[in-house]
Amino acid sequence: MAAEIKAPAYRQFSIAPAIQPGSMADTKTFVANEKIQEAIGFPPALVDDWHDRAIAKMGELLSKYRSFKVYMDACVHCGACSDKCHYFIGTADPKNMPVARQDLMRSVYRRYFTIPGKLFPKLVGARDLTREVLDEWYNYFHQCSECRRCSVFCPYGIDTAEITMAAREILNSIGYGQKYSNEIIGKVHKIGNNLGLPGPALTDTLEGLEEDVKEATGIDVRFPIDVKGAEVLLITPSADFFAEPHIDSLIGYAKVFHAAGISWTLSSKASEAGNFGMFIGNYQQLREIAMRVREAALDLGVKRVVVGECGHAWRVAYSFWNTLTGVGSGAADPYAMQLQKQLDHRYKQPMHICEVTWDLIERKVIRLDKEANDKHIITYHDSCNVARGSGMGDVFGGQFDIPRNIIRAAANNYVEMAEGTTREQTFCCGGGGGLLTDDLLDLRVKGALPRMEALHNVTETHGVNFMATICAICKAQFTKVLPYYGFDRRTVGGVHQLVSNAIRLGDK
Amino acid sequence: MTMTTLFAALFYLAALLFSVGLIYRIRDYARTPAPLVIPTTPAPRTVGGVAMRMAREVFFFESLFKGNLWTWAFGWLFHVGLALVLLRHLRYFIDPVWDWVIFIQPFGIYAGLVMVAGLAGLWARRIFVDRVRFISTPSDHLMLALIIAIALSGLFMKFVSHTDVIAVKNFFIGLLHFNLQALPSDGILYAHLSMIATLMIIFPFSKLLHAPGLFFSPSRNQADNSRDKRHLSAWAAKLESGK
Ligand code: HEM
Ligand code: SF4
Ligand code: SF4
Repeated sequence: MAAEIKAPAYRQFSIAPAIQPGSMADTKTFVANEKIQEAIGFPPALVDDWHDRAIAKMGELLSKYRSFKVYMDACVHCGACSDKCHYFIGTADPKNMPVARQDLMRSVYRRYFTIPGKLFPKLVGARDLTREVLDEWYNYFHQCSECRRCSVFCPYGIDTAEITMAAREILNSIGYGQKYSNEIIGKVHKIGNNLGLPGPALTDTLEGLEEDVKEATGIDVRFPIDVKGAEVLLITPSADFFAEPHIDSLIGYAKVFHAAGISWTLSSKASEAGNFGMFIGNYQQLREIAMRVREAALDLGVKRVVVGECGHAWRVAYSFWNTLTGVGSGAADPYAMQLQKQLDHRYKQPMHICEVTWDLIERKVIRLDKEANDKHIITYHDSCNVARGSGMGDVFGGQFDIPRNIIRAAANNYVEMAEGTTREQTFCCGGGGGLLTDDLLDLRVKGALPRMEALHNVTETHGVNFMATICAICKAQFTKVLPYYGFDRRTVGGVHQLVSNAIRLGDK
Repeated sequence: MTMTTLFAALFYLAALLFSVGLIYRIRDYARTPAPLVIPTTPAPRTVGGVAMRMAREVFFFESLFKGNLWTWAFGWLFHVGLALVLLRHLRYFIDPVWDWVIFIQPFGIYAGLVMVAGLAGLWARRIFVDRVRFISTPSDHLMLALIIAIALSGLFMKFVSHTDVIAVKNFFIGLLHFNLQALPSDGILYAHLSMIATLMIIFPFSKLLHAPGLFFSPSRNQADNSRDKRHLSAWAAKLESGK
C-alpha cells in the first residue's frame, strides 16, 4: 500500500454514501504462490483452461448447493441490501453493495446457464467470463467478509456470503487463490493451528501462563493440555495462546473451570478453533479441519466439547460440526454415533464457553465481584458469525443475551450501542471472512467505519472505554484499526477478560 | 375468427411454458441438496416456527420491512394489489362464480389502481436512487413497464372503453373445455391479453422466480436445530463412507 491509509470521516447522518464507481477496483489481496496452493491441493497457478474449468466448477456448485442455485435466480434487484454492507458504507464503491457483488457472479451465471442470458445477454445483464471479469471476481469477492448482514434484509434471505464462498471455491479450483487464507489452512494441517505454533511452544506458553496467574492471584490455576479422561475438551482460537488481548480471555476460561471444579484440557492436535475452510467455501477443507476436533475428542475420551471466543469458529461448531464430524446430538448413523455415545448429552454438544460460564453463574457455582471491573464502562460488539450464523442456550436470540448477561454479572457499567448496529443487525468488525491481512488494511480500516461510528457515539454520550467481544478476529482487527479512528487499541477485549477480572477464586 | 385462433394458440402455449417451466424449476430447486445448516439466525427451532417465519415473509415481506421502508411500502402495495386483481380475474374462469369472488370485485378495481401506484413508486426508485439505478438492467425496467402496461390496459377497459366481458369469459371457459369461442375484436383487449401471455412465458426464465425461490431459500426455510439433529446431504455422506 503506497498511499497513506486513513480512516474515513464519520458520517453526519447514518445514510448510505453516494456511489463512487471503481473506488476499490484496484484493491487486490495478495495471490497465493505455488507452494501455498499445492500444499492444500489446489492448482499452483492460474491454469490455461481456466475459463472452461471455472464454468464447469460453477455448474458443479449449482448442483451441490441449493443456496447458490436459488440465490442466483431469485434476486429481483430491489436494492434493499444495497446500503447494508460495511464495505460499501466505508468505500462507496457500488460493487461493494451486496447485490452488485452477487451480480458479478450472476451476470456470468445468466450467460452460461440461462436461456435469456444465452439469447439476449445485454438485456438481462449477462456477461462472458473474460479475464477482466475473473480479476473483478478476485478483487471484490475478497472485499466481502461473509458477515451475512445483507441476508437479514433481503426479502428472500439471499446471503452474499454463500456467493462469495462459491466464488472463492471456483477461483481456488483454477489456481487463483488468496495467499492469506490458503497459507493459514496449510499451517493448520502441518502444525495444528492457524498461527503455526508448534506443540512444545504451546506447552511452554501454557506453563508460563500458570506462573503468571499464580503470581497475580496466588492460586494454582491449571492450563492442561492433552489430558486423557478430562471432562471438557476446550477448542479455542490459537490467538488466545499469545495475542493481546486474546490471552486474557484464555485466562478467564481457565479460572472459570478452576472455580467450578471442572476438569478440562486443550489438545495439541486440535489447537485451533478457527476453520478457514469455511471462508474459502471448500467443503473438503471445512470437513478435514473440523475432523481434528473429532479425533481429539475420541483420543482424549472427553465428555464435553467447549468452544472458546471465536466468531466464525462458533458458527462452524454450532451449525456445521454435527454435519461434518458428528460432534453434536441426534445422529442415527454409526459414524456419528461412535462419538455421540461417548459425549454427555445432559449438556449441549458442542457448547460455547459463554453458555458454560452463564450456566455456572446462574447456578451460583461461580461468583463474580463486579467492582473489579469498575474502571471499565463497557459496551458489547456482536460478532457477525455468532449473531447471524449460530445460537446459544437454546433460546431465540440467546447468542445476544448470554454474553450480555455475563458482562452485566461481571461489571457495573454497561451501555448498548445504537439500535441497528447490534444484535442481528450488527456490523462486521471489517476484518472477518479471510480478510484479516495487512495487504487489505485499507479496506479493513474503511470497513470498520459503521462500528467505529457507533462506538464513538457511546464514548461521547456515556464515556465508554471498553468494547467487549467474543471473536478472535474482531479482537485482532480492532486492536489494529482502533488507532486509525483515534481510540486506544486496548479499548477492545474479551468477555472472559472481564470474567477473569471479577471471578472469585480462593474461597471455594 | 383468425384472431380468436391466434389467441387461443397463444394462451395454450403460454400456459404450457408457464406450467412446465415452473414445475421444472421447482423440481430442480427441491432436488438440489442443501448440505449445511445455514438459516440466518436468530431463527426458529421448529418446523412450525419456520412455517411462521415463511408466512411472515410471504404475507408481510418482513425482511424487506427491516431493510427499506419505501421499497417495502411500494412493493407490498403492488403485490397485494396484484393478488386481489388476480383473484378478481377468477370470474373469467369459473361458472357459476363463487360468492367470495363476487364479493371482492369492487376491491379488485381499487387494487388495480394501488398496484399501478406501487409499481410507479418502485420504478421511481429504480430511476432516481443511485444505488438502485446502478444495479438495474434493461430487463428490470422492461418488467416494470410490462406489468404497468398490463394493469393500465386493464383499467382502461374498465373505466374508458368497455369490452364485452361476457364474450371474454366465454372465450376462456371455452379454452378450458377445448371448445373455441369467439374473442371480441378489440385492440386494447388484444394488447392486454398478449402482454399477459408474454408475462406467463417469461415467468420461469426471469427474476419472477423469486416467488418460488423464497420457499427454497435455505437461510429462511431451515430450522435452527443443528446441535440436536444431524443434517447430512447425500453427497456429503459419501465422503464419510469413503473414509
Ligand atoms: C409468493 C409470492 C410472491 C412474493 C412473496 C413476492 C415478493 C416480492 C418482494 C418482497 C419483492 C421485492 C420488493 C419489490 O420490489 O416489490 C418483489 C418484487 C417483484 N415482484 Fe414479487 N412476490 C411474489 C409473487 C410475484 C408474482 C406472482 C409476480 C408476477 C408478476 C411478481 C412480480 C414482481 C416484480 C416484477 C418485482 C420487482 C419489482 C421491481 O422491479 O422493483 N411477484 N416480490
Ligand atoms: S456478507 Fe457482509 S461483507 Fe459480504 S456483501 Fe453481505 S454485508 Fe457485505
Ligand atoms: S435485497 Fe435481495 S432481492 Fe433485493 S437486491 Fe438485494 S439480494 Fe436482490
